[in-house]
Amino acid sequence: MVENNRWGNILAHTLLILGVALVVFPIYVAIIASTHTGGTFMRGTIPLLPGTEAINNYRTALLQGRSSAGTPPISLMLWNSFVMAMAITIGKLAISLLSAFAIVYFRFPFRIFFFWVIFVTLMLPVEVRIVPTFQVVADLGMLNSFAGLSIPLIASATATFLFRQFFMTVPEEMLEAARVDGAGPFKFFKDILMPLSITNIAALFVIMFIYGWNQYLWPLLITTDPKYYTIVMGIQRMLTGGDSEPLWHLVMATVVMAALPPILVILFMQRLFVKGLTETEK
Amino acid sequence: MQTKRMTFSHNWLPYLLLAPQIIITVIFFIWPASQALYQSVLRQDAFGFRTEFVWFQNFQRLFEDDLYLNSMQVTLVFSVGTTLLSMSVALLFAVMVNKMIRSRDTYTTFLVWPYAVAPAIAGVLWWFIFNPSIGILPYMLDMVGINWNHRRNSDQAMLLVIIAAAWKQISYNFLFFLAGLQSVPNSLIEAAAIDGAKRFKRFWTIVFPLLSPITFFLLVVNIVYAMFDTFGVIHATTEGGPSQATNILVYKVYRDGFVGMNLGSSAAQSVILMSIVIVLTVIQFRYIERRVNY
Repeated sequence: MVENNRWGNILAHTLLILGVALVVFPIYVAIIASTHTGGTFMRGTIPLLPGTEAINNYRTALLQGRSSAGTPPISLMLWNSFVMAMAITIGKLAISLLSAFAIVYFRFPFRIFFFWVIFVTLMLPVEVRIVPTFQVVADLGMLNSFAGLSIPLIASATATFLFRQFFMTVPEEMLEAARVDGAGPFKFFKDILMPLSITNIAALFVIMFIYGWNQYLWPLLITTDPKYYTIVMGIQRMLTGGDSEPLWHLVMATVVMAALPPILVILFMQRLFVKGLTETEK
Repeated sequence: MQTKRMTFSHNWLPYLLLAPQIIITVIFFIWPASQALYQSVLRQDAFGFRTEFVWFQNFQRLFEDDLYLNSMQVTLVFSVGTTLLSMSVALLFAVMVNKMIRSRDTYTTFLVWPYAVAPAIAGVLWWFIFNPSIGILPYMLDMVGINWNHRRNSDQAMLLVIIAAAWKQISYNFLFFLAGLQSVPNSLIEAAAIDGAKRFKRFWTIVFPLLSPITFFLLVVNIVYAMFDTFGVIHATTEGGPSQATNILVYKVYRDGFVGMNLGSSAAQSVILMSIVIVLTVIQFRYIERRVNY
């Protein structure tokens, strides 16, 4: 049998705990830094133990932000991020469900052609077509709007593929039974297909929400009006805006608040998250 | 491509269902991509008054441009470094966590959440820790005689962005390696143990070869991540500096297009990047097909 080495186990635990500590370290430092006064950072290294200013710092960040550098209060940026992430998530799920339904449950001319058009989106991430996409959005008058922030990002080949794959595994008898009972396409979709796919939808929801929340380049390009800043891109503005060293205590409070929502989503929905992650990549 | 044996028949409904996705794809993906192709063979003067058709001159210039060649080299170092660092750490974690029985879920919980941190935020966090005047690590490095300043030293700046980018990706690699390890049949390992193979030998001759499909898949995914999703890491921290040392291709497209306003060159760079993504996607999909056939 495989040997069970007591010292080996202790060694593995020690290494793992050290490793975990290393992984957690950056966010720990951020949390600590967000509890000190701004002056602390003028006087040498970052402290490693919590300070007393947590409530003040978070209040200032939430309500004022760094107004002198032209960034809006964090509460507004959090709200913008939330709206953008939800719009992207719901939009992606809705259009992918519909198109997967069309591709699996209908036979029509050019079906394969449309499938390839959707497939192409995999090969064209925003990062590689930055300037022309910006021009399109500008021509459509969608700069500085929630529509501009979300709509260009909601086409998703991965979600469509996943739903297509899942629909293929739904037993044929489901449709036959539904047809015998006189259900049309809409009724079948709403009353049979949707309830069956609910776990898949939830798993994708977790992945897509994180994707949407963490958008950086896109909001950076199309928002010039601070009213539409999202929190992840707003941090960069807080770092470079103004003329002095960054106000580290406020920056770190913002970093904590920007990272927290998606982290909580992962921690509370770990099972769905793992399912979504491993299945979208297949 | 298959459908169901039995389908609905309807003249226009399927088109209506497909319409939202197709319209968005055409307007925001295919049209801009074709614009990039078109602009990549044009040259505009500085004010945008005159455009001239220049064939492949933009591409030719790029490949003669030392800055662009430098950026390619930087991207190569950055993506190989990020991929290797993140995958090896993740594999180490996965192998150790896989041995645990009761504590497996606890460790997993602690290791998955960095996935949720945006690349830009990962960059800012490490930028803060490595800050030459107040950061903790430079302080510690100073005690062993290393002078850390990523604002001047190119290698240190590169190391900083690699660490930040790799840190965020550990969770992803860890989850896939762990899933892979759990599907290695125990009987194989026990058989090897009976034959007298020690721990390391068992790992290198049995477990690691069985993980090779996952390793290959992760290799492609990580390279794609390092090349295209790490814009935030660079932009929020080094901004390509010092002296171009961390100016990866994706960041350069952005800089040349929006700050430098050199549209022809930026479009040509976009086209080159697109071809890289297409090659990587094809590799990824061919691999998946192969795995399905096994």
